[in-house]
Amino acid sequence: MTTLTREESEALIQEVLEVYPEKARKDRAKHLMVNDKELESSKKCITSNRKSLPGVMTMRGCAYAGSKGVVWGPIKDVISISHGPIGCGQYSRAGRRAYYVGTTGVDTYGDMCFTSDFQEKDIVFGGDKKLAKLIEELEVLFPLSKGISIQSECPIGLIGDDIEAVAKKKAAEIEKPVVPVRCEGFRGVSQSLGHHIANDSVRDFILSNRDGQPFESTPYDVAILGDYNIGGDAWASRILLEEMGLRVVAQWSGDGTLAEMENTPNVKLNLLHCYRSMNYIARHMEEKYNIPWMEYNFFGPTKIAESLRAIAEHFDDTIKEGAERVIAKYQPMVDEIIAKFKPRLEGKKVMLYIGGLRPRHVVGAYEDLGMEVTGTGYEFAHNDDYDRTIKEMKDATLIYDDATGHELDEFAKALKPDLIGSGIKEKYCFHKMGFPFRQMHSWDYSGPYHGYDGFAVFARDMDMTVNNPCWTKLTPPWKKVVADELKKAA
Amino acid sequence: MANIMIRTNAAGGLVFYLPKRDLEAAIASIEFDTPEKWGGELKLENGGSYYIDPIAKPPRLPISLRARRLGAAED
Repeated sequence: MTTLTREESEALIQEVLEVYPEKARKDRAKHLMVNDKELESSKKCITSNRKSLPGVMTMRGCAYAGSKGVVWGPIKDVISISHGPIGCGQYSRAGRRAYYVGTTGVDTYGDMCFTSDFQEKDIVFGGDKKLAKLIEELEVLFPLSKGISIQSECPIGLIGDDIEAVAKKKAAEIEKPVVPVRCEGFRGVSQSLGHHIANDSVRDFILSNRDGQPFESTPYDVAILGDYNIGGDAWASRILLEEMGLRVVAQWSGDGTLAEMENTPNVKLNLLHCYRSMNYIARHMEEKYNIPWMEYNFFGPTKIAESLRAIAEHFDDTIKEGAERVIAKYQPMVDEIIAKFKPRLEGKKVMLYIGGLRPRHVVGAYEDLGMEVTGTGYEFAHNDDYDRTIKEMKDATLIYDDATGHELDEFAKALKPDLIGSGIKEKYCFHKMGFPFRQMHSWDYSGPYHGYDGFAVFARDMDMTVNNPCWTKLTPPWKKVVADELKKAA
Repeated sequence: MANIMIRTNAAGGLVFYLPKRDLEAAIASIEFDTPEKWGGELKLENGGSYYIDPIAKPPRLPISLRARRLGAAED
């Protein structure tokens, strides 16, 4: 457990950069910064959304991962075809632990793998005929599906298949939306562009489908955007909104349906949780349908109360009273959680390296438990994310963009955090180094972490990890060797 | 020429957004800001500047427009 001063943090960054060749060092230096709360804009201190350096280990995904895994995947009644060779589809199948209600294979298809399984001949002669046949077969096998999305893998863009034409023809035949998504993995520098492409395809093929149709609206209609129902997150968020008197028309896209998405243009306010992956569609709806949007944060009681009040500001007094009622209702529960776990977690240091919204959104939840976040970073953020992060983080903390394996290891060794929160690719390295670790992409198969109910689970999980006696029993293999050699020498 | 979107933020200021590059920045100054003539050179807070053809002030923001880049912020 170490707290670094500004000078020490800057020295640490320089030390970590030393192993790189000169050109790489210059490039990586732009992606690392020591936080300065005074700053209004991150632009001058940190560069983001750039191509990862060849030769280093990056934790990023691809555009296909962003589109299929994040935006389209969790929509439960839409069949997402992985168009291309089988690997991408199979390894991303049910990869994100988004919960839903429904019966898989009957009316719900979230964790199934549909793929066109490209072979050499499909690359040589084109795969459009196969795709058309695949859609016909799907219609026979799964007649209850509400629509189909075609998630392109790399070869589709490389050989130039015209999936748009196939989609248009088949959509007319089966009378359901068939959405071609040009999310080939090579597009962009990370999964971030995949989110954007997926948002654009929703905009072009789904959003305006029910324009002009009657809709029984209330003045309290809202939509939850950018909540993927990891471990039931969207449900834990939804009940708070409903308790304060709002009507949640749609969940995008965790436990979401096509009908919900088509009805979203009728809402009065879009609530945006994951800004990075869904701000595009919120911006579009603001322009086309005049629906305002706002970001909110449902991690930890402080931020939840702040967010509930900010949401209520957009509505009349009944909702404002509702917000206060909800906050008051859960206060005893929050007090109990904090009384139980804060003494066990107080003063512990946390290092994060995640994606999307979490590197800044969970900071409040840790602070509610008396913990301190000493370093944070994003895999695929843009500058607007860092603008928001600077305000959330304490002064002189480390911020790293698209960190490499080497950088993370060295930062962890220097910061000596009591807890590291990152993804599955980092999990076992840090386990072996003896650092308490939580996998913060899918809440380490726990959850929910959103809302008051989620905070109870969050606090329990953090306590379970930080205060687990097993961590002191671990010696990393490389340290073991040194110990053995010392014994021999002595 | 690039498609851009201009919207107002919670504080009432103008925000520039370039979807192609996911670039969001506050607008520091706009050349013309009258009901009849609105637009011209946009100076961004990140140091970049863009030009939009002056139009009558749009009744409602956000609005999507075509803009020409005069000087980009350093990448």
